[in-house]
Amino acid sequence: MSGTESHGGETPAQALATAKLGIWTFLATEVLLFGGLFTCYIVFRLKYPELFYTEHLKLNRPLGLVNTVVLITSSLTMALGIAAMKQGLRRRATACISLTILLACGFLGVKYVEWSEDFSHGLYPGTNLFFSLYFMMTGLHGIHVVAGICALCWVLVLARRGRFSPEYSTPVEITGLYWHFVDLVWIYLFPLLYLVG
Amino acid sequence: MLNTSSTKAYRTYILVWLALLVLTVVTWLVSYVHLGMLNVTVAMLIASMKALLVALFFMHLRYENRLLWAFAIIPLGFLTLIIGGTLADVLLRD
Repeated sequence: MSGTESHGGETPAQALATAKLGIWTFLATEVLLFGGLFTCYIVFRLKYPELFYTEHLKLNRPLGLVNTVVLITSSLTMALGIAAMKQGLRRRATACISLTILLACGFLGVKYVEWSEDFSHGLYPGTNLFFSLYFMMTGLHGIHVVAGICALCWVLVLARRGRFSPEYSTPVEITGLYWHFVDLVWIYLFPLLYLVG
Repeated sequence: MLNTSSTKAYRTYILVWLALLVLTVVTWLVSYVHLGMLNVTVAMLIASMKALLVALFFMHLRYENRLLWAFAIIPLGFLTLIIGGTLADVLLRD
């Protein structure tokens, strides 16, 4: 996990290619993890279209929009951070990564406000099928955001210690791929839960 | 060389981000218009366009080799199988 040296006699380029295949394999399992919930959503939405329609109106659509913008912007700062790291601009890169972490925390903050609002309106995971799915899907996604924040903090610490260079920035790139995936899941959750119910 | 290509990369990222923002606002506005079943179609179409932008540019899929493309696409095939198989059961039962 550490150091700029290549592992097992691989060149740094080979090591990066291997690491990329590794994270994409992990993302494949994530697709299927969320896929189960998406399947569940589709089945129940087809079965109870009226329930999904009336219940989805109870969600805070503008806040959903705000959070989508926040997460998309965090994806941008992540991509910019990786580009900066590859140029050897360490300060710019750490600034971008810090901003990504900040935006991720902002996302969770908005989520907290939304959930509190739901609870105060008596909407709980056990209220009905729609809200079970809503809390399960946004909750699982939220856990992924928390994991992303942890990974980003780890990358930030390593970057501050000067562990990355234009030749070696694999952990930054791998964490970036994971972070963009978290963004991807939300890109589908937002319309399915907030917009079309 | 490194500098011009990197500046280009920054510009590409910012353009992709702007496109994502526009698509997000469009899908949000459309959701207030009642189009019946078309609402879902439009929402999913826009979401998929956004997903494609994120995958191609932010996740660098555009610059990756075929092996990595296979790693990215095969899970979507499995997802289609799961959804298709489940729906075939649920919809055709009874």
